[in-house]
Amino acid sequence: MSNALLTPDVAQRVLQAAASHGGEWAEIFVEDRANVGASLDDGRVEELSSGRSRGAGIRVLVGETVGFAHTADLSETSLMDAVAAAASVATGRQGSSAPINLTPGGAYPTSVSILPSTIGKQRKLDLLFAADDAARAGGSEIAQVTVQYNDSRRRIVVANTDGVFEEDDQVRIGFMVMAIANGDTGLQTGFQVFRRTEGFEALSEELLRDLASKAAEQAITKLSARPAPSGELPIVLAGGSGGMLFHEACGHGLEADLIVKDTSLYAGRVGSQVASKGITLVDDSTMAGEWGTTRIDDEGAPASSTTLIEDGVLTDYMWDFLRSRKTGRGSSSSNGRRQSYAHLPMVRMTNTYLLAGTDNADDIVASTMRGIYVKQLGGGQVDTATGDFVFGTSESYLIENGEITVPLRDANLIGNGPEILSSIDAVADDFSMTTGTCGKDGQSVPVGCGQPTLRITSCTVGGTA
Amino acid sequence: MTSDLEVLAAQVLSTAQPGEAMEVYVTRGSETEVSAYDGEIETLAAATSAGIGVRILQESPEGQRVGFAWAGSLDEEVIAATVLEARDNATFSSPDPDMVLATPDGVARVDVKLFDESVRTVTTDEKIAFALELERKVRAADKVRGVRSSSYGDAEVEMALASTAGILTSTRRSSAGASVEVIAADGDFVQTGYGYDAGRGFSSLNLDKIAADGIQRAVAMLGATKPKSMTTTVVFDARITAQLLSIISSALSGEAVVKGRSFFAGRVGEMVAHPQVTLVDDPTDPRAYGAAAVDGEGLACRRNVLIAAGRLEGFVYDTVSARKAGTVSTGSAVRGGFAGTPQPGCRALLLEGGDLTHEEVLAKVGTGVYVQGISGVHSGVSPVSGDFSVGAEGFMIREGKLAEPFREATIASTLQKMLIDIVAIGKDLEFLPGNAAGQSLAIAEMSLSGN
Repeated sequence: MSNALLTPDVAQRVLQAAASHGGEWAEIFVEDRANVGASLDDGRVEELSSGRSRGAGIRVLVGETVGFAHTADLSETSLMDAVAAAASVATGRQGSSAPINLTPGGAYPTSVSILPSTIGKQRKLDLLFAADDAARAGGSEIAQVTVQYNDSRRRIVVANTDGVFEEDDQVRIGFMVMAIANGDTGLQTGFQVFRRTEGFEALSEELLRDLASKAAEQAITKLSARPAPSGELPIVLAGGSGGMLFHEACGHGLEADLIVKDTSLYAGRVGSQVASKGITLVDDSTMAGEWGTTRIDDEGAPASSTTLIEDGVLTDYMWDFLRSRKTGRGSSSSNGRRQSYAHLPMVRMTNTYLLAGTDNADDIVASTMRGIYVKQLGGGQVDTATGDFVFGTSESYLIENGEITVPLRDANLIGNGPEILSSIDAVADDFSMTTGTCGKDGQSVPVGCGQPTLRITSCTVGGTA
Repeated sequence: MTSDLEVLAAQVLSTAQPGEAMEVYVTRGSETEVSAYDGEIETLAAATSAGIGVRILQESPEGQRVGFAWAGSLDEEVIAATVLEARDNATFSSPDPDMVLATPDGVARVDVKLFDESVRTVTTDEKIAFALELERKVRAADKVRGVRSSSYGDAEVEMALASTAGILTSTRRSSAGASVEVIAADGDFVQTGYGYDAGRGFSSLNLDKIAADGIQRAVAMLGATKPKSMTTTVVFDARITAQLLSIISSALSGEAVVKGRSFFAGRVGEMVAHPQVTLVDDPTDPRAYGAAAVDGEGLACRRNVLIAAGRLEGFVYDTVSARKAGTVSTGSAVRGGFAGTPQPGCRALLLEGGDLTHEEVLAKVGTGVYVQGISGVHSGVSPVSGDFSVGAEGFMIREGKLAEPFREATIASTLQKMLIDIVAIGKDLEFLPGNAAGQSLAIAEMSLSGN
């Protein structure tokens, strides 16, 4: 890909201007994003939409203060105006004219085989129809089906006064099926998603039909669900079902922006036992095709893997440029991410997962007398200062005498992240990843998460029974 | 007066081809944001943005096909490409006889004052000083261990909408908000609290109130423990009541109803709530944060009664969902900026008929729990089935007064049952950011899960 977004020459002049305005450090981030979305509702193509956005965000640093401005106009004049606005925090400081030399990291063609933009719109719609058909074939109880397709291509260029000049071409594709079943107990929803940082090659009709059948089956199963219990019970999380729980309950507390501000209960605890032995938590943006994968982060740092907790011991946090600079760490851990050019980067997770253990998944269920088996978790949130979290189940069952029995209605699980990490008493040898959208301070980014089947000895279940 | 954005929207509209209907939505805005940390400016951001959303409808024997495209720019070339893309997208969608653009319906526009000049006249230095002072004030309070963030932000946005169905309108609005995230500690106990205020301009923000709110929510909760599981009456504070009304309103969307995704579907005329409950959506009420003159399709916003004395009166509709339901738009189209298409939604919900003060609500309840924070709303509440299960924190109510704090609990019921189980409505109304006002609200028979 030739770099049509920002040339090293323009980047160099913009950064030089930031320095001459008095900025100690400056960065220009340029983004060009194209999205296509299609939704099929009730068997009809309700809408096909295309979106395009393009712009630059400029950060200027003075001491601990960040000046920021963004513009949708990539002309050099407009970039220079944005630099002046961002550099208003440097008013009164002596400017520098020391030359800034950028070292372009080379052009990176996208690694995807089939760019979604090369596929006709009708072909994308055909996949939606196939999935709709499969969901409806799931049973006469299926009253409503919504299927959505999305693809996006995000090209970015990052340059800074340290000489960084990097680019990336990120292609993502996603497919969602929601089936609503109608029965004596009212309406119940089944929901399945498939999302990859890959091109159109990631999708096949067979895969999407299978996904749709699962959504239908889930909705129908839930028609016979009974109210979830209320109170404290053991929880068995099926492999891949609960990765977002660890993302929320533990991951956020390991983000260095919270650590530096001493607003996480993991601050100052590197080297301490923070989880059961056998628990290893990793954040890894290099995993091929996963939802949180990129080649570089949004500050130009190459993707990397960071072990956060090893065998229960806290080993490291996740870092972006600002926080690693402040603490003298030297380099970030490639966790500086931003929703778009109009947002400031901050510490964010990429793909965060718990490593597999040695137990057998079936044995974990069999050795649970009474508890809840969670096959799919919904969303959740955490208070990082206390570690208190809430998570919704979207498919769960009662475990009675070591067997999975009746389906349960959706309910929230509530607990405390650090306590949960220390009360995992079984970790299976299976493992799978899921996808999520992580929200923090009003910014959303795609993340991957994963975990093997495991058991939490006790968690509060917010049911009504 | 015709704004230059209206002129632009009309220009784009003139590129419509014979036989097609077109709607052009353009916005332009600017914003300032300041955050303070440890007595210094942490970030100072200034930005402008603009964008366009174009819908094109093409006739076919079975109905109209719609295509949509948007772009985050108002450059001439970008606009032209966006129109072409919308036109191309239209050829792929399913024809729908109900897919039409809004036509002027004669309802007069009520021009609520939505712009406060103070977002412009107040200097950046004063905005910085606000964030710094908010942080200083909170840090100085007893038992406050830290402040995670203290920030001020404001924005102004202009919107113009033009369509081949005869709509040509524009609005301009401003907003300002400030917030503080407080961390309180006492020994091993740590608790966070969030204080905020929002309005149309700098001058409508009350710094002392934000600080006091954030501090109270963190400090008063210190020492909170997990409560015993029980079935009890829950009193929601104004913020939570507003959140609850907002959730209920998603089941009052005409679109959710015509698609069979609302537990209210088919129940118009039935008693769905306690007879004291009257719920209205009135964007012409200037007190409401979500007040607006025109909806997302350019029709005048108007007062809609959704539940009257416990009886379900109707739903909010945009043009398309109204046609599908055999009725007319209630002027309730909302859209998520230039990148979104219109959908029906509420802007200014208000639960009327509250007759008790906050203290009287607690006294009437006698024994129960007072909830001032909920979490997991996104995952734990379904406007389709009505299932409701959220994390909750707050205080026990004993002998009609607030007692010891609790946390790490959940409360659960169903939205259907909660509406019926309302036992007291406060008159301590607070107008809050979002699409609903709130007040103290007591609901009986909820499951509290703890130990």
